[in-house]
Amino acid sequence: MPKDERIPTSGLIGTRPNRPDGLDKVTGRARYGADFSMPNMLHAAVVRSPHAHARIVKIDASRALALEGVKAVVTRDDFPTGMTGETWNLQENTIAGDTALYDGHAVAAVAATSALVAGDAARLIEVVYEPLPHVTDVDQAFAPDAPAIRAGAADHSVSTDEGEPVRPNVMRKTEFGRGDVEAGFDAADLVRGHNFRTEATHQGYIEPHACVAQMGADNKGEMWVCTQGHWWIRRMCAAVLGIEAAQLRVTPSEIGGGFGGKTTIFMEPLALALSRKSGGRPVKLVMSRSEVLRATGPTASASMDIQLGMKKDGTLTAAKGVFRLQGGAFPGAPVGPAMSCAFASYNLPAVQHLGYDILANRPKCAAYRAPGAPMGAFAVESLIDEMCQELGLDPLEVRLKNAVREGVKSSYGPTYGRIGLVEVLEALKAHPNLSEPLGPNQGRGIAVGYWFNHGGETSVSVAIGEDGTATVSIGTPDIGGLRASIAMMVGERFGIAYDDVRVNVVETGALGVNEPTHGSRATFASGKAAVISADSCIKQMCKRAADKWGIDEEAVEWVDGAAQPAGANAGEFPPMTMKQIAAKMGSTGGPISGHHETNMGGVGASFGAHAVDVEVDPETGFTKILRYVVVQDAGRAVHPSYVEGQFQGGAVQGIGWALNEEYVYGEDGRLQNPIFLDYRVPVASDLPMIDTVIVEVPNPGHPFGVRGVGETGIAPPLPAVANAVARATGVRIRSLPLSPPKVLAAIKANARAKATG
Amino acid sequence: MSARRDKTMSKTHVTTSVNGETFEFLAESRETLLDCLRNHLDLTGAKEGCGTGDCGACSVVVDGTLVCSCLMLGVEAEGKSIETIEGMADGNELHPLQRKFIEHAALQCGICTPGILVAARNLLEQNPDPSETEIRYWLAGNLCRCTGYDKIVRAVQDAAAEMRGAA
Repeated sequence: MPKDERIPTSGLIGTRPNRPDGLDKVTGRARYGADFSMPNMLHAAVVRSPHAHARIVKIDASRALALEGVKAVVTRDDFPTGMTGETWNLQENTIAGDTALYDGHAVAAVAATSALVAGDAARLIEVVYEPLPHVTDVDQAFAPDAPAIRAGAADHSVSTDEGEPVRPNVMRKTEFGRGDVEAGFDAADLVRGHNFRTEATHQGYIEPHACVAQMGADNKGEMWVCTQGHWWIRRMCAAVLGIEAAQLRVTPSEIGGGFGGKTTIFMEPLALALSRKSGGRPVKLVMSRSEVLRATGPTASASMDIQLGMKKDGTLTAAKGVFRLQGGAFPGAPVGPAMSCAFASYNLPAVQHLGYDILANRPKCAAYRAPGAPMGAFAVESLIDEMCQELGLDPLEVRLKNAVREGVKSSYGPTYGRIGLVEVLEALKAHPNLSEPLGPNQGRGIAVGYWFNHGGETSVSVAIGEDGTATVSIGTPDIGGLRASIAMMVGERFGIAYDDVRVNVVETGALGVNEPTHGSRATFASGKAAVISADSCIKQMCKRAADKWGIDEEAVEWVDGAAQPAGANAGEFPPMTMKQIAAKMGSTGGPISGHHETNMGGVGASFGAHAVDVEVDPETGFTKILRYVVVQDAGRAVHPSYVEGQFQGGAVQGIGWALNEEYVYGEDGRLQNPIFLDYRVPVASDLPMIDTVIVEVPNPGHPFGVRGVGETGIAPPLPAVANAVARATGVRIRSLPLSPPKVLAAIKANARAKATG
Repeated sequence: MSARRDKTMSKTHVTTSVNGETFEFLAESRETLLDCLRNHLDLTGAKEGCGTGDCGACSVVVDGTLVCSCLMLGVEAEGKSIETIEGMADGNELHPLQRKFIEHAALQCGICTPGILVAARNLLEQNPDPSETEIRYWLAGNLCRCTGYDKIVRAVQDAAAEMRGAA
């Protein structure tokens, strides 16, 4: 990139210091959700529906309550009525009302003096169910004759026009686009369209949800919880319980992974309700792994019809997509972002999107890393690859030919500002992996991906200590090195050492509302707010120096951690360091601190391109990843190691989604694989090293050029792996996962077709 | 030596060595070693990620053998010698693996880190010069969802090289 695009820094940005929480985390001292305990604490267990869909006829807790050590049982009757909209959804998902909506849906909860007694008591709670017809598959749930999960709940977007079949589980219909798609297809040399399917996967964070909650009869409460966003936990818990948000103080623990899945509530209000009902004793509630898989939010499953027009030279002429996503028994599948990201990498004269948000008897979906983007990417990037094969075109050159650039109107509306897709594709083209020779049964797959990135509600404070060090209070939990990157940016701005900055993730009482660490926003938004807060401290420190020197405040500048006269005309004074100013602050006007809060603007979108080489065993259908490279625009990599880590982690989650991971439901509507043995996430021996290239096209909306890097990396792997498998085997599979039995069956069918054809 | 069970009590008295110190606790027969470490000894470094021996977050070493402490009963710890993450550093002197994990950014959220460190140390004690493949297969029972394992494998390789050099 041109040199003048680089944002100069004095030394911290782009280095790789040790993270401040590293020592606690390698010694076992760091306290995660389940590591927190309180005196006089009770333990809770949850009774969950074994049925996919059932009317709850009766709940009898008398035998449980008779057990020694049992202190309280709660059911829906312990929660206020009259909720509407998303608050009702959250309450209903926290604990079932008249009807259990999915296998694992909470029906009752119990608190007792030990976890074992609580578990025993839960088994003694007798629930009488009347099973109802259920549906778990997205296409079956979309059908007009599907069992209705919530009749009459569709919003105004769902047409009731005559002639259109009534689809009882379609909650929302979204349609947008521009240009003349049919004319675009007419202008193409090749038009192809297919159905593509992706299965639901779970974020798979290793730490199950856990909290300790305490609330008295006065509805004043406290909670310690592993979450990506404690203000959202506060708001949601308060709404579901009908209490005032200000009366609930929520402190985040260290968090053992989230990937979007810990941005909402699942069981937290149950712990609060149990505490209140047991005389205000603290209640600890820790989910088991099977509870996590059955009853927290996986991602949606999707069925998509994609059609593309391409000229012989690879130019795309038009695109059309129908996106059907089920996000469980509640509205809110990520249909919007699936549509908006699907074609976002391409400069298209005409594009049309139609999306359906569909209910099914599955748990309420939650965000999962670039929610919606991987599904659309799988469909669109697979189809482009297939058309490149048919026209004999290089898939990377076709991406370059159609790539969006600054000033291009995106497929979903906005015109792009400074973006780096072309730079990313050029860097991928230059990567040595693409020159590696391929052997028999091996194939190379390439795909691109997009995520908007996000700003969001952000509130940050910076306070100067008496010794000239800085304490930064942020409200976005540190899920992968955030405190390091914030300390680097603040240290850089002040011109002080990295170790002279301490960053704390503070509780809900200490700052204004912060959205969670989600949307790839924390380093961008909390970082930007921290830098603006530091600037406010610098302004005050310059004033203290100006007052001391008896010169105008405007005549003082901040250089390398000290105030100094701005030029010869301002006067002759030696620089006054941050340490010197801080040491005197008590007598020169009092504490020095800075604060910034806003709905953060200036977001810079991030594109990525991945290339993977695979070898498929023709006898077993097993796919081995031979080499993998992630190229992505970070804007600016504050701490490159953690940027690389995001690239690598996203890629491997995507590889899991492509090859192994899926929610498997039986005919009975029960989840068949609710443990890690059967829900198989990638393990170390499945993988090679994951190569990375950090492209830096600075985001003009951030003081150091940061874009946000967490999410984009999970979109390209699904199609990249599928494209590689298609090229290795000569057969195109349009549904995930590419499990060995499925790949083997496709290889055999292809061989049979060739033999007979 | 066998664990003592008082006829009037439902719990079993267990004496065990953890990180070289003798501990006593009363275990319910259903409690796992992980439960006992976390709830009776306040050693919360080992984590429960699955409870079924699939994730390795609860890894500890019992009499020299790497085990998932969620798959062993607390009463089985009687007379055993247990090593956990809390005993890995020598005071303030970190084990090379701990240091290299920080330096290589081999952790993001850090929940799997204690288990992986315990497992990796057990590997290096048996094989001071493991290949990348040997490291990957040894750690295949320790799930990490954040890193994609790349930096973990590199940190283990680097620590092994340093330990070989120092030996």
